[in-house]
Parts: sequence; structure tokens; C-alpha cells
Amino acid sequence: MPDDLLKSYRFRQEREGKWRELEALIARAERHGLKSLDAEELARAPALYRACMSSLSVARSISLDANLLAYLESLSLRAYFVVYGVRANLGQVLARFFRRDFPVAVRRTGWSNALAAGLLLAGVATGWAVTAKEPAWFEAFVSTAMAQGRTPDATRQELAETIFDKPKAADQMTAFATFLFTHNARIGMLCFALGAAFGVPVVLLLFYNGLAIGAICAVFDGKDLTVEFLAWLAIHGTTELTAIVLCGGAGLHLGGAMINPTRRTRLAALRAKGRTATILVVGAVVMLFVAALLEGLGRQLITDTTTRMAVGCTMLVLWLAYFTLGGRSVPMGPRHGQ
Amino acid sequence: MASDGAALRSVLTPEGVPIEVELADLGARAGAVLIDLLIIFVALFAAVLFVVLVTPATGALGFALFVILSFFLRCPFFMAFELRWRGQTPGKRVFKLRVADRRGGALSPGAVAARNLTREIEVFMPATLLLIKPSDLGGSDLDNVLALAALIWFGIFTLLPIFNRDRLRIGDMIGGTWVVYAEPVALLKDLSTKPPLRRYRFTPAELDVYGIAELQVLERLLRQPATRGTLDTRKDVLNRILDKIDWGDRDGVDGESFLTDYYAALREHLERHALFGDRRADKHEAARRRDRSTLEHP
Repeated sequence: MPDDLLKSYRFRQEREGKWRELEALIARAERHGLKSLDAEELARAPALYRACMSSLSVARSISLDANLLAYLESLSLRAYFVVYGVRANLGQVLARFFRRDFPVAVRRTGWSNALAAGLLLAGVATGWAVTAKEPAWFEAFVSTAMAQGRTPDATRQELAETIFDKPKAADQMTAFATFLFTHNARIGMLCFALGAAFGVPVVLLLFYNGLAIGAICAVFDGKDLTVEFLAWLAIHGTTELTAIVLCGGAGLHLGGAMINPTRRTRLAALRAKGRTATILVVGAVVMLFVAALLEGLGRQLITDTTTRMAVGCTMLVLWLAYFTLGGRSVPMGPRHGQ
Repeated sequence: MASDGAALRSVLTPEGVPIEVELADLGARAGAVLIDLLIIFVALFAAVLFVVLVTPATGALGFALFVILSFFLRCPFFMAFELRWRGQTPGKRVFKLRVADRRGGALSPGAVAARNLTREIEVFMPATLLLIKPSDLGGSDLDNVLALAALIWFGIFTLLPIFNRDRLRIGDMIGGTWVVYAEPVALLKDLSTKPPLRRYRFTPAELDVYGIAELQVLERLLRQPATRGTLDTRKDVLNRILDKIDWGDRDGVDGESFLTDYYAALREHLERHALFGDRRADKHEAARRRDRSTLEHP
């Protein structure tokens, strides 16, 4: 007489086969990835997953078997991770990132980026003006390691040598470029991460970097090397500083979420804005890679001031065109994680 | 899975079924990071040996190789693993942890990127500061004070998971993720048996004394391997049940089958009541319900 059995006992008897089947599939997918399942198994997986979910709902209301409940919870969770884990088709993700996500994110955070650029330029202007009037301030703005002899006391000859130095050996250039890239990329990530501290560190970081650049500008300006120095800076600087501005913009964007979360909680605001900010930083890291190539290789090989300036300006125009026009015609892709 | 004091959270899957997740213990997460850092450290060490001993690259080029490797063995290491292994790194795999979306959606590549970009200030900067010798800073008191201040400042980020309910890192906050346990639970055999196989029968009054909590304690006890400690506890529990329900023939009771039968009968009893909306969480609630029903139906 089946009525003699516990309802929960019968429930388990009827469904256990499907759970075991799903468990075997999940175990294999966890170990070897979804690709290890054949077409038939893949077709069965969603039905088994839904059956497991419904079993879980039923079990919660009719069964008091703790082990059974724990088993179904864990099986559902594992199946859920396999079904809703990261589906990273790296090629697709990358293509979408550069064709749409990155330029759209830059436009969406326009005000933050403008503010970041403004802070950097304000730093440059302050550093330049102060150092030009009172060279003693130079030391306050530029560390000795960063100055590398480019101090107000250096002669014109010495200064010129720092920007027209002889091309180094190829491997030295590579080393220089990789060092610059990793260094700057870390600064960029730092800007992003510090954004959550209400953006204050980002403001300081941007302004302080601007001060240093401005101070060095003033030194070269004092020896009538303004154009030569700007060209030396511009060849990679237009790319590098744009990337730094974007990282700063990402930080300020996050800072904005903390300062004024509007109607959301801070956590929800941080999450919503974090999505855009992350795109900015990842894009900026790629830009920094380009900048490092320009700085490590391009600047060593191209020593002509006009060409340097031309390359720098071309890069700037290209980036700005990309940010204003990019991704306008690409349709919205499926939104993840909503 | 749900051990005592576990931090359980409910996530609504896209199917509309809430599943319980257990937040990862902070110790387990720290352990997972340490394992990952150890792997990174060993990999870097191996890379140095490889560059120096095997490749012809000398001087600057070797240095470049090392710099680029040490960059990719930082945040990108974590990102690559969490993307390839569905939210796990080697360390997380050891501790059976997994990164999941806080709202129950799919874990997006963007979320993985966001939660790992911040490792720079949470893991690597403080680690670097700890490794700095005071003499590297020029040794002046001011520099030491600044380094200490920086360490405290970054320490706040590192220790953030301690100070919030969901144990979120700053990266988890920005990425909209959290770290949960994903431990497989084995399905054990059902302890309840068919009535004809039961030796002991119980009246509703004898079953009304306990609730779900006691039932599941009994289940755990019956599922434990029969060591001497377990057997002692079982004897203890048996006596307490016999006391509680005033069982007549105490000496003739076969402990093992009595407990199994009492479990099956109690589960049937409580499940039936639960079906009619009378879910008795523990013995206190069972007692209250019992009193009320005697009042209503004297």
C-alpha cells in the first residue's frame, strides 16, 4: 500500500533518478567544462536543472529530511553555477568591448572625465606658474627619482640631452616600455580602486601628477626648449595622459556613487556605476600599453620635434574621434547580470 | 552545508526559486588568497630561474620579460582563473569557494574584472609596504610615519570584509559579487522506513513533544558513523526520549531500532502537521501548539 509510505519518502523515490543524473552531469561539467558534455546531455541539462529547482521547492514544503534538503540546495547551487557561470567567449567579449562598450562608457562618464582632465590641467598650470616664478618649488613637486637631472639648475645642453638622447639598444627600449606600461597600469588601477573612498585620493593623485608635469615644463620653458619638450612629451603623452584621465574619471565616477547615491543605497550605486568604471579602466590599461610602445620605442626612434608632435597630435585626434563616434551604430548587446 | 552559525543568504535565481547560499568564512577566503599568492610567488620564482638559466635573454630584455610576467601574475592572474573556472581560483577551489552574483544573475566578465582590479590596493600595495625596509625610504622618521600611514590606509581596504554583513571586499562592492561556499553534499540513504518494518509504534501524544530542530538533531546523530562516542550519545538521547515520553518497558528496548523508528514516526508526524500549515520549529513551539489544540478541542 503506497499510502503507508511517507509523502517525502515517495517524493524522493520518484525523483531521485533525475537528481543523480543531473549530479553526474554537473560533476563532469565542473571538472572538465561544459564542452565535455555531448549534444544529448547538453539538451537534457536544462530540463534536469529545472526539475531539480522544482524538487527543491517541493522538498522545502514537504520534507524534513535535513540531508535531503542540504543535498538539493547544494545540487541546485552547483547546477546554477554551471548554468549561470561566466560564459566567456573571449573573442566576442573583446570585440564587443572595443566596438561598443569602451567608447560608450567614455561618453557616459563624460562629466567625470572632464573633471579629471580639468584637475590634471589645473595641476599642470599651477606647477608651471609656481615653478616659473620661484624655481625652489620644483623640489616640492618633482621627486629626485622622477626629475633625473631635469632640474632648474641644469644647463640648456643637459636638458636638451634628456629629450634628444641617443637611441638605446633594442632590448633596453623593450625593457623601458614594459616597465612604463606596468607602472602606469598599476597607477590606473589604483585610481579606480581609490574612487570608492569618496574620490578624494583620485583628486589628489591627478592634481599632484599635474603639478609634476607643470614643474618640469617650467624648467624646459626657462631654457627655451618649450616646443621640443612638449613634442617629446606629446608623442606618448597624449595617449598616456588621456588614459590616466580616464582612470581618474572612473575613480571620480565611483566617488560620485559614494557621495551622492541618489535614491539607491551606496552599495547599489557603487555596483551600478562600477560596471561603467570597470570598462573605463580596462580600456585605459590597453591605451597605456599603446602609450608604452610609443614611449619606449617611438620616442627613441623618432627624434625629430615636428614628427614627434605630429604623431602625438594624430594619436589624440584618433582617440577623441574614437570616443565621440565609436559604438554609435553597434546595437545594444544582451545585458549580463541583471 | 548549513553548519551552526553559518551566514546564510537567499539568492533568487532567474527561475524564481530562491536558493540558499552560505557566505564564505573569512578565514577560508584569507586561506584561498594565501594559496593563490603562494602559487604566484612560486611561478615568479620559476620565471626568474627560467629567464636567467634557460633563455639567452640577458640584462635589459630579461628584466623586461620579468616585469611583464610579474604584471600578469598579479590582478590578471585572478581574473583569468575566475573567468575560466567559473568564479574560482586555485585557492578558492581548495576551500570550495566560488564567486557569485549578489542578485542571482549570471556572473559577467565585467564583474570579474571589477572585483579583481581592486586587488592592487587590497593585497599587493599593503604587501609591498610590509616588505619595504625603513632604510629604503631614506630612513627619516617622516618617511617611516608616511609608510605607516599608508599601511593603515590600505589596511582599511584589506580588512573591509570584517566590517560588513555580507563580508564584501571593495572589489565585491563594485563588481556586485560575493563569495560563497559551493560544496557538494552527498545524498545519503533515507532514514525513514515503511511502517510494517517498524517495531515500535507511537501515539500522537508521544510524538507531540518534539519539533523540527530535535528531529534533525536526531537525524544527524543517526547518520554519524558508529564510533564509541556516537554510541554513548545515542544511549544518552535514547534515555532522554524514554523519559520524556514516559515509555513503559524501558529495559526491553532495543536502542538502535527504537531511535530509528522514533525518527521515522516523528518525521511523518511533523511532516503531516507541516503540510497543514502547522510547522513546529522546535520542542517549545510543539508544546505551545499542543496546549492550544487541547484548549480548542478539549
